[in-house]
Amino acid sequence: MKIVIESRIETPRIIGVLVPVVSVGLALVFGGILMAVVGADPIETYSAMAEGAFGSPEQWKAGQYYSITETLVKAIPLMLTGLAVGVAFRMLFWNIGAEGQLVLGGVSASAIALWLADLVPGVPESAWVYLPVMAIAGIIAGGIWAVVPAILKAYLKVNEIITTLMLNYVAILWYQYLFNVAWKDPDGYGFPGSAKFGECCKIARISGRLHWGLGIAFVSAIAMWIVLDKTKWGYQIRLIGENTSAARYAGINIGKNIVGVMLLSGGLAGLAGMVEVAGISHSLQEGLNVGYGFTAIIISWLARLNPWGIVLVANMFAAILVGGDQIQMTMGLPGSVAHVLQGTMLFCVLGGEFFQRYRLAVKR
Amino acid sequence: MRGITKRFPGVIAADQVNFSVRKGEVHGLLGENGAGKTTLMSILCGLYMPDAGEIFLGSREGTVEKVHIGSPRKAIELGIGMVHQHFRLVQSHTVAENCILGLSDKKMMIDRKEISDRITGIGGRYRIHIEPNSYVWQLSIGEQQRVEILKMLYRNADILILDEPTAVLTPLESQELGRTLRTMAKEGKAVVFISHKLDEVMAFTDRVSVLRNGKNVKTVETKNTDKERLANLMVGRNVVFASERPVFKPRNKLLEVTGVTAQNDKGVTALVDVTFSVKSGEILGVAGVSGNGQQELAEVVTGLRKSTDGTVKVGGVDLTNKTADKFISNGVGHIPGDRIGVGLAGNLPVSDNLIMKAFRSDVVSKGIFLRHDAIRDYSNKLIEDFDVDTPDRNTPVRNLSGGNQQKAILAREIMARAEQGPGDNGLLVAVQPTRGLDVGATEAVRKLLLAQCMQGNAILLISDDLDEILSVSTNIAVMFSGKIMGIVDGDYADISEIGIMMAGGNVNEI
Amino acid sequence: MDLLLIASIVSIALAAGTSLVYATIGEILTERAGILNLGVEGIMIMGAVTGFAAAFHTESVFWGVVVAMLVGAMMASIHAFVTITLLADQVVSGLAMTLLGTGMASFLGQRLGVDGAPLVGQIGPRFERVALPVLSDFGAMGDSVFNRDILTYFMYILVPIIWIFIYKLRAGLVLRSVGENPQASDAMGVNVFRVRYVYTIVGGMLVGLGGAHLSLSYTPGWTENITGGRGWIAVALVIFATWDPIRSVAGALLFGGVNAIQFRLQAAGTTIPASLLNMLPYILTIVVLVIVTWFESLSKRVGAPASLGIPYVREERV
Repeated sequence: MKIVIESRIETPRIIGVLVPVVSVGLALVFGGILMAVVGADPIETYSAMAEGAFGSPEQWKAGQYYSITETLVKAIPLMLTGLAVGVAFRMLFWNIGAEGQLVLGGVSASAIALWLADLVPGVPESAWVYLPVMAIAGIIAGGIWAVVPAILKAYLKVNEIITTLMLNYVAILWYQYLFNVAWKDPDGYGFPGSAKFGECCKIARISGRLHWGLGIAFVSAIAMWIVLDKTKWGYQIRLIGENTSAARYAGINIGKNIVGVMLLSGGLAGLAGMVEVAGISHSLQEGLNVGYGFTAIIISWLARLNPWGIVLVANMFAAILVGGDQIQMTMGLPGSVAHVLQGTMLFCVLGGEFFQRYRLAVKR
Repeated sequence: MRGITKRFPGVIAADQVNFSVRKGEVHGLLGENGAGKTTLMSILCGLYMPDAGEIFLGSREGTVEKVHIGSPRKAIELGIGMVHQHFRLVQSHTVAENCILGLSDKKMMIDRKEISDRITGIGGRYRIHIEPNSYVWQLSIGEQQRVEILKMLYRNADILILDEPTAVLTPLESQELGRTLRTMAKEGKAVVFISHKLDEVMAFTDRVSVLRNGKNVKTVETKNTDKERLANLMVGRNVVFASERPVFKPRNKLLEVTGVTAQNDKGVTALVDVTFSVKSGEILGVAGVSGNGQQELAEVVTGLRKSTDGTVKVGGVDLTNKTADKFISNGVGHIPGDRIGVGLAGNLPVSDNLIMKAFRSDVVSKGIFLRHDAIRDYSNKLIEDFDVDTPDRNTPVRNLSGGNQQKAILAREIMARAEQGPGDNGLLVAVQPTRGLDVGATEAVRKLLLAQCMQGNAILLISDDLDEILSVSTNIAVMFSGKIMGIVDGDYADISEIGIMMAGGNVNEI
Repeated sequence: MDLLLIASIVSIALAAGTSLVYATIGEILTERAGILNLGVEGIMIMGAVTGFAAAFHTESVFWGVVVAMLVGAMMASIHAFVTITLLADQVVSGLAMTLLGTGMASFLGQRLGVDGAPLVGQIGPRFERVALPVLSDFGAMGDSVFNRDILTYFMYILVPIIWIFIYKLRAGLVLRSVGENPQASDAMGVNVFRVRYVYTIVGGMLVGLGGAHLSLSYTPGWTENITGGRGWIAVALVIFATWDPIRSVAGALLFGGVNAIQFRLQAAGTTIPASLLNMLPYILTIVVLVIVTWFESLSKRVGAPASLGIPYVREERV
């Protein structure tokens, strides 16, 4: 009697639901074990996380939605980078560089905020002028940073995982140099960081720290969905990802598409950087490279590269991250437990995919 | 083997099969594609597990015992060796290294001399002469096949199974192989010769078992039967060995290839000064053993490969070295040899695969957007017109049978070409269009191709199935080492002449 | 160029490069079997933190090394299970391993110190330099090469042993065949799954050992992000070394050498900001990768094991 692996012809719907749910469950269990190992009560910790992410009923009654707005604040860059990474992965281009692309997007947007008035004298100090220009700068910067590995892969066949990753380190070092040294605010009392932006460079707030970047994120999700599902370009992207040889045979220019998609992908990540800088920090300072680019990888994979799934999972992960920050403050537990949870979830989903394609049967 | 049964999702590959081989005989296993021959033998050599049934082996002493073959390793230990259709050789290693792979030996270090000597010894006994220290990628296909046989003999295999070995050989090499098989049988080995080619089975074997739809229909002594009877057993009905050629007055040249030279992926010259033309209403069959440049030719003529010299004109338009999409928009359809790897995106629905060539046109798109309703109608129409058997247009195309997948590809190529070709007629490049298909699907595909010709289109047919080429081609070009050795008229083709050309000989010199 | 300068560069290169060599060789073994393990960075940093924690609490570097290798083996076995048995995508699994590894390392680093305090800043046992008699007396170079810690000496021996293993022994032939053509190997009776498991796990052990060298010799001690991307550089070095162990030493020394140049420039009081200097290894990796990839595409013969990254399934209907 032994257990044999058999292929499935069709995947029962239930598996598509069970796999993510069980993955989340397993991750929570594993996280709980880790917490217990270092002496924290898992239940207490998880409830603290949940409260940190969503707030408690008492808070809601009092009209305080601070926790939820904080969660949404984190969800914005996660959605944008998730979309960025998702569209690249659709084409089997492993963009691990979203972190660096985001950072440089923030850098270039900051440059505009700080010096547009010097470059273009007489430019009106209006958000309607500044914000779009900053956004464009962010998109272009992210796009350029992504397009270099794209060209290397498309025409020289260089492994893009390593190139995008290496460029992350370069971008982050550059950004650190800028806000620590080159662009350091002389009036900043010695603290690292650039000068604060003018009012015209800030994205309007909705509630708490939540800003209209949320709208940008949703619009981007809609745009991605339209592109992938409804346009010729989207069809080509999907075909390249499903079977590159078939795409070539169908006359699709693979090289051009790699470059094009990476401009889009890097652009979205760069936009995320601009949104962070214009919506939250209002200056170039510490806090852009907190790992959104890497979390985005897990998000997009969990969401099966689907734009709406990405929106959903991004919000879920934002909740985990905010919860993690909360327990770091109140319980002194390392916030990195959030990363552990996310990594475990990804593994479980990976393992679970097996059950979508295969079935275990008992044979005599 | 007794009562062997094996099921795969959706199909019964082997159904209560009884099969036996005797020591010192060459036993043919005959059947169409999909009849179950490879499955049955895969069970015998440990790659698959049967769902039911038993296997018995006779030992040298004369006793018979039941065995369970759980893995290829076990099969090898029991003395069973298989030479597969797709060679299981590590190309970048030497012959010797391939031979000793997987053998357990007390010695940790590799003793090159000892192994070399042993290989040469075996080679002498069975008249297979290969240099043990040469690298596999340097050898010709025929020689690589001999290495596969050597591998088995090195392990003292008593039962040797060869799966469609002549598919990759010239007629002359096939004769050689037949002699080798007889030598092995004389030395006391049991040989199973899997084939769907009646001539060879009649020539090389002592007994024949015919499989049809997973069942062993009959086992006969070869000397007591003939081709017609075997064919009838294979197919289950009376088979007419008819050939049908297109009847259409050829008009203008739809494809003109002049002096084309090209290299393959490894940088080696694959095409040398190739010149031919195909007129509307004609089928030009390209015969030759696989690997002599046919694939590269198909790619040059569809824009998937650049040529280093020469010109390619389609319908009078010079498309030399233009990209694939230009060829597509000039009405060139391409049925690729690798159905799953190149022709289809397995996980995508049938409808997405059907629009692969047409998605740029107004039929299914508008501006930058795809029109999903137009795609729906287009797909449904194709599925119906071409009789593609699928649950619906959204089924992932990998779930379809091979025959239906091929029909889908044909539907796509024919329709897309019809919409886009300048004027009415265009070129269809078909590479191995009926490979791996059963008789029903093969017939359907051939009918479709002939119908295209009747409408005035031209077909470049590349196939390693000589019978197929002979039965439908207007003209036959024979390729060897990237050169066209000669072009003969289909009606008066002489097989021995073609065979000589396939092997590189020059007919005029004889 | 005077000898003293070269010797000092070599010395720093060896110090910085030892961990890289271990990680690279580990990954070479894994990839030769056809499995791509991109979790090297995560495994390496886990090796560093658990190795240091174990050494700190037991006051013995020996246990530090043992624990680091065990942890590396465990993590690699997860990757192996997910990719070999569950047939998941190897790239994503490796990335998940890196994320999980770096997250866990950070977490553990905060809590594995004295009574749950952070490990950062703790002083623990370390590998001391041991000068080899006679050999280390050969002038400045002799001192550079033969006055190092045990792990570096072990590396000197390990590399040629691995080379002999891969190219001269039967087991090495099996390894190479599984990576080049698992179907052929399976048909010849080789247990492809077992081979891939073994080499993935052994590779993980070596990577963990590389991480331990960082925290038990090079830095020493534990700091956040102690690996700084070395795991990824190791992955690039595997390509640079064309999957050959001897060449990986050259690559690792090259990167170690870049570190050396960074130090010397800073020591000489250069005006180039530290951040920019720190970019050098990463930019160098890209440049090296481009050159090597371009060369390989020219030669068309030497390249990755043919089945790298492709899961092997046997019950496949043709």
